[in-house]
Amino acid sequence: MIGKILALPNDDTRKILFVAFILCLVCSLVVSTAAVYLRPLQQANKALDRKKQILDVAGLLTPGVDIDQRFAERIESRIVELDSGEFTFDLVAEDYDQRAAARTPELSDPIPAVDDFAGIGRRARYAPVYLVRENGDLAQLILPMHGYGLWSTMYGFLALESDLQTVAGIKFFDHAETPGLGGEIDNPAWQSRWVGKQIYEQPGIPRLRVIKGRVNASAIEAQYQVDGISGATLTANGVTNMLAYWLGGNGFGEFLIKLRETGV
Amino acid sequence: MSMHHGTKRVFLDPVIDNNPVTLQILGICSALAVTTSLVTSLIMCLAVTAVLACSNVSVSLIRKHIPGSIRIIVQITIIASLVMVVDEVLKAFAFETSKKLSVFVGLIITNCIVLGRAEAFAMKNPPGLSFLDGLGNGLGYSLVLIIVGSVRELFGAGTLLGITVLPLTTDGGWYPSNGLMLLPPSAFFIIGLLIWVIRTRKAEQVEAPDHRIHQVHRTDVV
Repeated sequence: MIGKILALPNDDTRKILFVAFILCLVCSLVVSTAAVYLRPLQQANKALDRKKQILDVAGLLTPGVDIDQRFAERIESRIVELDSGEFTFDLVAEDYDQRAAARTPELSDPIPAVDDFAGIGRRARYAPVYLVRENGDLAQLILPMHGYGLWSTMYGFLALESDLQTVAGIKFFDHAETPGLGGEIDNPAWQSRWVGKQIYEQPGIPRLRVIKGRVNASAIEAQYQVDGISGATLTANGVTNMLAYWLGGNGFGEFLIKLRETGV
Repeated sequence: MSMHHGTKRVFLDPVIDNNPVTLQILGICSALAVTTSLVTSLIMCLAVTAVLACSNVSVSLIRKHIPGSIRIIVQITIIASLVMVVDEVLKAFAFETSKKLSVFVGLIITNCIVLGRAEAFAMKNPPGLSFLDGLGNGLGYSLVLIIVGSVRELFGAGTLLGITVLPLTTDGGWYPSNGLMLLPPSAFFIIGLLIWVIRTRKAEQVEAPDHRIHQVHRTDVV
């Protein structure tokens, strides 16, 4: 039967439909086979990349280190319910995907436009946080953050010292800002200027921001300010807005207040 | 583009004499977008060459049964499927680079070189020759991307393949980086210069002007 259809002239309607159908069938089989077969590898890559970024922002990434092993040794993952600011142990931190949760109506809420400084639309109710301990005590707290820059949503981590007030580091692991301009948020030299900056002026009111131009080191505000990146004002504003949202009451604000009172 | 070409010509012609980028001015979009560093350029070259060779072979294999009325759709479906497979493979085996290439892997589907070779060559030639043609065009594209990528990374970031060649002033060296090189327009200049060099050496590539500009006196018009 197939031979008969193939023997038809090429412009016969039956042959056109037959060729189109078979082509789509074969192509979809090829694509889905590749997708299914490679999925475990891709997920492993993503998970490893995330761990690498977390170790990096905590300053624990040394060249040639086994990332999985070091992560397991040094980092404790936990889930926070953002509204109450409490840890929750109902979700397994390793399996929780905040990005996917933000797209799921049951696990997230739309952000009212007035509060949506970060331009992210929806917020997942739960967020992962990462604890680094030194002799049992909290040494660093790493918070995931994301916000809209000039072209793209920037995903990153902010690491805080044990006082939950001093910045220990900042990293971005996913964004599509202009290379050479906004993309300089990946520049280690710029990221190093964040270390030691203060986030809150008063509890719950974030003040840390990226300014235009250079910080005047002698000014009182210098502890809340980070140098701007030339040619990247809008990306820098995006970073400031991201901090304002995630360090504020709708983000990790409540959690940080509680954690400061009770400890871990 | 006919069967009279020897096998060797089919393979080597597109590298310089009939280069898809510098002569046919195709595939410029990706040549601008992915050439900020040499590594991304190289991965892109591999991806495009693989897609070109495979799409040419696939189209050529079924060329006698492709109905004329849907032939472009058939070609694009084959190309799109191959590109999706390449994208999945990159995400699995070259994760870091695939992050940098982001949407540009997907955009290979719209790279005119791929569809152009399928339509102009693979529809009329046997699979073996089509494979060589795809490979040759891939090499021609790669040659341009590698040159552009090297120049941009060297003068924009002071590195080649991530290894510091010109130490930047921002890292305490002596080379002030050229920010323009990191932006897409610089690729335009480099490709323009390349075309100039090639056409100066190979005058037969210079196109005859479509129309001439000549002076007209007002009185002539009136």
